[in-house]
Amino acid sequence: MIPALEELKTQIEQALEGVALTVEAPAIIVQPKDLLKVLRFLKDAEKLQLDYLANLTAIDYLPAALLAAAGAAQAGPPEGRIDVVYHLYSMAQKHGPVVLKVKLPRANPVLDSAVPVWRGAEYQEREAYDLYGVKFSGHPDLRRILMWEGFDGHPMRKDYVPENQNAPLGNAA
Amino acid sequence: MLLMAADEGLKSELEKQGVYLTTWDHLVNWGRSSSIWPLQFGLACCAIEMISAAASRYDIARFGSEVFRASPRQADLMIVAGTVTKKMAPQVVRLYNQMGDPKYVISMGACATSGGPFHRGYNVLKGVDRLIPVDVYIPGCPPTPEGLLEGLMNLQARIKSRGFGAQMAERKGEYAVPELGKQGIEPRYNPELWQPPAQHPFDYQRVPDAPNPAEPAK
Repeated sequence: MIPALEELKTQIEQALEGVALTVEAPAIIVQPKDLLKVLRFLKDAEKLQLDYLANLTAIDYLPAALLAAAGAAQAGPPEGRIDVVYHLYSMAQKHGPVVLKVKLPRANPVLDSAVPVWRGAEYQEREAYDLYGVKFSGHPDLRRILMWEGFDGHPMRKDYVPENQNAPLGNAA
Repeated sequence: MLLMAADEGLKSELEKQGVYLTTWDHLVNWGRSSSIWPLQFGLACCAIEMISAAASRYDIARFGSEVFRASPRQADLMIVAGTVTKKMAPQVVRLYNQMGDPKYVISMGACATSGGPFHRGYNVLKGVDRLIPVDVYIPGCPPTPEGLLEGLMNLQARIKSRGFGAQMAERKGEYAVPELGKQGIEPRYNPELWQPPAQHPFDYQRVPDAPNPAEPAK
């Protein structure tokens, strides 16, 4: 069984020196510098054995100014933020999910790659790189996966403006 | 000439006596329209309906179109069955170019016709008729197998409606294969085939002063 979030947080903090986590149910927030240590611990800990990375994706939070201009009701983080989300399960123990989030600055989101821990992270990180522009350092082959080489921008970012396919030829889209 | 002069009543009277009159055009178009071989080629969920139309329950063989060819060189008809993404668009045009004349295109479903539910997306071509000439459009999301058969019957009527010689003389030939650019395909459409509408009432991108949600208001 997965322990309650607060208990899991305490277990991780006791096992790993210098790692500070916060809980925002249902997720545990990890500092970018601690990510690999935490992931390795969750995979190797005898009682957890979270051996399966079911999902890795990103969320785009627009800067507050852009949100307000668009007339959104809620305020966002002032500089904008990209969260990377991990859903972990255990095939051995048949339990899960454990949800982790890492908060990154929107202007330059760089994060350690999870490929050394789970080989299956490779394509999911390529997708997050392609669509959200998160750069995973240590990734063996960080290329676009859905869009083609030479495509400009990251289309799942909320401020991405698709081209106007109806624009007459010769005009900019 | 004789048949054109003879009216249908006389023709049917003669047929009762075992005398059959026809024209070369009529005979050849009957043969051509009853053996339209489609290209074995599917892009999305519409292809599932196309496969269903080819299977025993709907049985596209009744219309002579059961021979789905794996090579464009042997196909008469391209059924564009599904979403044409920008990444796939050059390959669709290339396959069309490789088909021999006379060749026909059915745009099957909302996606192939207009982009469908992905009309406002970043990755989908808003209608395959921007790049290749389409003969029959089939609405639906996806169209039922009966819808596809109806489209096929419309295509048959279209083939029969004109003389064989005129259709053979009209060479569709090859169309420019677009390239993948920074935002989408370049060029965005083939101006010989398609021109942007002056004002499209449903296309938000054509409204000149619509606010862009990503840019702060001025």
